[in-house]
Amino acid sequence: MIALNWYLALSAVLFTIGVIGVLTRKNAIVILMSAELMLNSVNLTLVSFSAHLGDVHGQILVFFVLCVAAAEAAVGLAIIISIFRNNLSIDITKINLLRW
Amino acid sequence: MVSYLFILFGILAIGSALAVILNKSTVNSALFLVVNLISVAALYLLLQAQFLAVIQVLVYGGAIMVLFLFVIMLLNIGDEADTVFSKFTLKFLFSFLLGAVILSQLLYMVGSLSGNLPAVSEDMAVAGTVEAIGQEMFTSYLLPFEVTAILLTAAVVGAVLIAQRRIKNQDT
Repeated sequence: MIALNWYLALSAVLFTIGVIGVLTRKNAIVILMSAELMLNSVNLTLVSFSAHLGDVHGQILVFFVLCVAAAEAAVGLAIIISIFRNNLSIDITKINLLRW
Repeated sequence: MVSYLFILFGILAIGSALAVILNKSTVNSALFLVVNLISVAALYLLLQAQFLAVIQVLVYGGAIMVLFLFVIMLLNIGDEADTVFSKFTLKFLFSFLLGAVILSQLLYMVGSLSGNLPAVSEDMAVAGTVEAIGQEMFTSYLLPFEVTAILLTAAVVGAVLIAQRRIKNQDT
């Protein structure tokens, strides 16, 4: 079995890529996808701890995280459609109604 | 063998994640995200979490990505004019600095973790089969499982309500 540290390092790298994606991109859908990347890396952390500690509870938590991620994606994409209908753009720099 | 597979899927996951955030085309980003999700599912298999690997491919790689692709094609989004590297501004520099800080903090944590974990014997390790997970989920976690059903119903109803055209309310 691979040491736990390698899995944790891999998921840290994936999480950082997700953070950089959220901070640099302007397309709202790509930002949502980067959030999915971050959720995914946290899931990888949970599964690797669960496997290395011999405890199945971590995998159940991953199952619930998957459910919440599915709900989040559905509602987030609906909000993006709604914004696109009002604004004709999903560029987040052009959505500045509440900006001073 | 296992370590070669770990290296293969780890590199595949990191490369496709980078491709997601660096790609100009939104459709290509979504497809690279599918590659990333499936390689993470393969890593779950290496960790003996079979149930979660299947669920990852079905729910993430199937349902959620179809939703993403459907919205991308529904909105007919063109390619972005500038990627991360084509226009280097102060904002991008700040983002990369913040990313480097987060990565170094996380890796520092991981590095200090070694030696602090309790040893696990081979017979204590559990495989994440459907049986092992279902046993726990339908006894200790029955109430959260049912609440999940309510959450998903509320999310779908809310998504339909937000995304629908309000023809009747337009003149009010």
